[in-house]
Amino acid sequence: MNLTLHVWRQKGPNDPGRFETYPATGISEHMSFLEMLDTVNEKLEAEGKEPIVFEHDCREGICGCCGFMIDGKAHGGQHKTTVCQLHMRSFKDGDELTLEPWRAQAFPVIKDLMVDRSAFDRIIQSGGYVSVRSGSPQDANAILIGKEVADRAFDAAACIGCGACVASCPNAAAMLFTGAKITHLGVLPQGAPERFRRVQAMTTQMDMEGFGYCTNHGECSAYCPKGISLDVIARMNQDLLLAQVVTRDEVRREGGE
Amino acid sequence: MSWFMRFARSTIGMKVAMAISGLLLFGFVIGHMLGNLQVYIGPSALNHYGAALQGNQGLLWVVRLGLLAILFTHVGSSVALVLRAKAARPQGYRKWQGKVSTYASRTMRVSGPILLLFIIFHLLHLTVGTVHPDLQHCATQATGDLQCFVYQNVDAAFSLDTAGTTMAVQLGIVAFYLVAMLLLGMHLGHGAYSMFRTLGLNSPRYDKVARAFATAVAVLIVVGNCSIPLAVATGLVGAAGGH
Ligand code: FES
Repeated sequence: MNLTLHVWRQKGPNDPGRFETYPATGISEHMSFLEMLDTVNEKLEAEGKEPIVFEHDCREGICGCCGFMIDGKAHGGQHKTTVCQLHMRSFKDGDELTLEPWRAQAFPVIKDLMVDRSAFDRIIQSGGYVSVRSGSPQDANAILIGKEVADRAFDAAACIGCGACVASCPNAAAMLFTGAKITHLGVLPQGAPERFRRVQAMTTQMDMEGFGYCTNHGECSAYCPKGISLDVIARMNQDLLLAQVVTRDEVRREGGE
Repeated sequence: MSWFMRFARSTIGMKVAMAISGLLLFGFVIGHMLGNLQVYIGPSALNHYGAALQGNQGLLWVVRLGLLAILFTHVGSSVALVLRAKAARPQGYRKWQGKVSTYASRTMRVSGPILLLFIIFHLLHLTVGTVHPDLQHCATQATGDLQCFVYQNVDAAFSLDTAGTTMAVQLGIVAFYLVAMLLLGMHLGHGAYSMFRTLGLNSPRYDKVARAFATAVAVLIVVGNCSIPLAVATGLVGAAGGH
């Protein structure tokens, strides 16, 4: 199959960038979207042109590196699918596709379709962990956790931090990401002691990074390749509200304030 | 108080301010509509209701100023948040496609300002009377009772053959009210649902119930509020029963 690609090309963070059009010819429907781009890049290189830069690593939908907008849809919009797992059989011969990087002030473009998601790392650093003394591990069954709670934590923990939530949100908010971490850790007994300090620290960092805010459109969750539920945002709001009324010591402890 | 300022200035804090002020305004809209629906009982019921509200000027002004403060909070935090969202995505997409967001959710920033204009017009129309053909203010009678003319004012405001104005102007006013109420319904439909989530009050157990409740109340408000100008314009309510 043959397609036409309108690709965002940007040399670096300070280059204004522009769209350029490339043909993608002789594409097999069994290729993944990234393999299709590899094919296009091979041709570009043979012609002595700069290949299109996009981020990728595992190519099996688990690392969260890949991701860009295809025709205005994060990861191409297929249900619970990263762009590396999206296959060309989802497209038709003759399709014209527009490829754009995630667009958010907090995600500066490094080059072409690749953005810098360090803002997510800084949100994690601010509180996305549990403080435990290391030592010999205790018996896995020593802490009893209900199945429903474990499921809820696991569903939230499925977040791979790809940034599709920010990209598809009309407000460029990072609340699905932040809410997923807060839910994942906060519902488990190991994470509960730092629950209020964590929500305070992580949401403050999220604001400092310049992300938008949630107006409950629900696009983040709809485009999330891991199907993280919008409920994690409500849980984060709930935790932050509770953090305002619990004893201040609980929030302040360990440098939260 | 530093913790409070920190919370109030955070995006979630501002959203909570939006949600709580929105909830209070939502309550006002329902109360206001229920009061107005007395137009169907008859002139004396509505006029007595008006006189009861106007009777205690002190309380009336406390409520008015309170509503103004709530509205200011709602509009102020929305402006701050919209500016923030604009700053969060300085460069937009050439293409963007929504999957689940609703028309109502995407137009909150349009319906909001139009509703603000409507509120100003509505006050000039039926409270101050600047844009009303013949507004009669409440007057104290010889007996000492306060007599109000809410029914007559509503009648003149929406009826199509009112002296001192043209049919085209009256049609325009009725149309503006109807459009504004439809926008109000959309604004409240999404707003009420969003409020549950912002306050963290939702749970998967009753998420559908929350959405259905928000939609049902919004529909009731649209129907109830639109019925009044329509009933007057079509002559179902008004002259025959009034004056
Ligand atoms: S490359 Fe790892 S998730 Fe797509």
